Amino acid sequence: MSDLVKRLAINTGIARKILTGFIKDEIAKTGMKRAVLGLSGGIDSALSAYLSAEALGAENVLAVRMPYKTSSADSLSDADLVIQALGIASITVPITDMADPLFAQFPDMSNGRKGNIMARLRMTVLYDQSVAWGGLVMGTSNKTEILLGYSTIYGDSGVALQPIGDLYKTQVRQLSASLDMPLSVLTKAPSADLWVGQTDEGELGFTYADVDQVLLLLVDERYMLDEVVAEGFARPFVEGVWRRVKVNHYKRTMPNIAKVSRRTIGHDFLYLRDYT
Amino acid sequence: MRVNVGLAQMYPKIGDVRHNLEKHLAYIDQAASQNVDLLIFPELSLTGYQVQDLIPEVAIRTRRDDPTFAALLDASKRLDLMVGFVHQDERRRYYTAAAYLSAGEIVHIHHKIYLPTYGMFDEGRYFDQGENIRAFDTRFGRVGMLICEDFWHTSPAYVLWLDGADMLLFQSASPSRGLDGGDRLSGTRWVELVNQAYGSMFTNYVIHCNRVGYEDGKNFWGGSSIVDPDGEFLLHGTYFDEALLTHTIDLNQLHRTRSRLPLLRDERPSIVQREIARILKENPS
Repeated sequence: MSDLVKRLAINTGIARKILTGFIKDEIAKTGMKRAVLGLSGGIDSALSAYLSAEALGAENVLAVRMPYKTSSADSLSDADLVIQALGIASITVPITDMADPLFAQFPDMSNGRKGNIMARLRMTVLYDQSVAWGGLVMGTSNKTEILLGYSTIYGDSGVALQPIGDLYKTQVRQLSASLDMPLSVLTKAPSADLWVGQTDEGELGFTYADVDQVLLLLVDERYMLDEVVAEGFARPFVEGVWRRVKVNHYKRTMPNIAKVSRRTIGHDFLYLRDYT
Repeated sequence: MRVNVGLAQMYPKIGDVRHNLEKHLAYIDQAASQNVDLLIFPELSLTGYQVQDLIPEVAIRTRRDDPTFAALLDASKRLDLMVGFVHQDERRRYYTAAAYLSAGEIVHIHHKIYLPTYGMFDEGRYFDQGENIRAFDTRFGRVGMLICEDFWHTSPAYVLWLDGADMLLFQSASPSRGLDGGDRLSGTRWVELVNQAYGSMFTNYVIHCNRVGYEDGKNFWGGSSIVDPDGEFLLHGTYFDEALLTHTIDLNQLHRTRSRLPLLRDERPSIVQREIARILKENPS
């Protein structure tokens, strides 16, 4: 296994160079120079904020804190540490008064449904700030959660660009550790903080350290399931992970368009997003 | 004989030939002011890499009345040029192409023969395959041009070597990939290893220009380089950023290395020919 940990290691200097260049380039191509991002106090959005500030200049990054009434106090204070450390602009837009009236209409609403609504309200706030501030909405999703589908479609996945979407969670930690990030942000347990006591690893049922190794083999190195099991991972774990990756693929693609004409958007009308 | 070689490690804008031509002319001005003799641009330098359905809009027919080529031919009176573009032939087929221009003339056009169509690459969907591997004469001696995947296969470089090329001119649009714990990306390490191998095994100059910049999340790592006939880098290591890189090479090194290491003298292509003929006969593909 220690070999797999080594295979997940990244040269953080190269990662930083490519990702800050990407942010700068993508935003410049749209004719803008600013970015808006939701800052939760967690490591993913903190890393996106650090990279954005380096790429665009702190004065061109707006961090938006969007607490719900049950959000942990640590989330807000950790986000604040990042804002202070980087010197980026910030606003706080609580979502409680937006979310609660909808929740009240469905008294038996599950935590999952509430979590999705909160994620989509935050997306709505960010896209509104995108216009008000004149910046693109910066994604904060990592490769692990995109592959596992541990996200809300049109919620946290609703963004204009994804700078850290090809870094596994353990690689996000490596890159973050190489930056001068507040210790509490680096070390706390990952959580979507959608309800009290929620943690990613508790909800997923495995650790990022383990699942990243399995995903590295399955996705990057094209191992078959049996080959991953032969590396020493429990079969139910490996199969469960791969099932998650597959059933959530719809979250990673645009909705299918039914083809009837000779040339159809999404099928054979092929241009880069960057071409405008 | 000494040749001042320039590598225009540029960032072409996708689909904007006019913008890219202006950029070429700016690099040419800068190179001319540094007395560069031969300036190499990257693959598809006039169009950007993933042109997809833009191909009919950006293709060039290389006629003298084409404004893009007219400007480049005019510039080639100042210094020799190798540029990358989409070539439309008389039958309206499209090729990824490299043109060598000198003294106002088109000296040679190479059509990319290996079109990667796997993983993140989709070139075979859009382009026709080139059919020829030919060295050609320039005022700096005989050279050969290859485009990216062409030199991931050993045979085109080998054929050019036998056809008399002492300088291999490579252009590419090589996307960054393989971030690991190493000092360079694994894709970079691989290409640099290959280029050093060609220099070593062919006792040739290997001159490679790779682009930089971003296209839809892909980025291109640059790292344009010159390898000498001893297989050593004379120039390399400028990664990710735009740059005009220059280095003066000494073609007399060819005879010095080949006196020590007569691999070219001892090469026996007739055996290769005989064995390949046998293999093709036994395993027709």
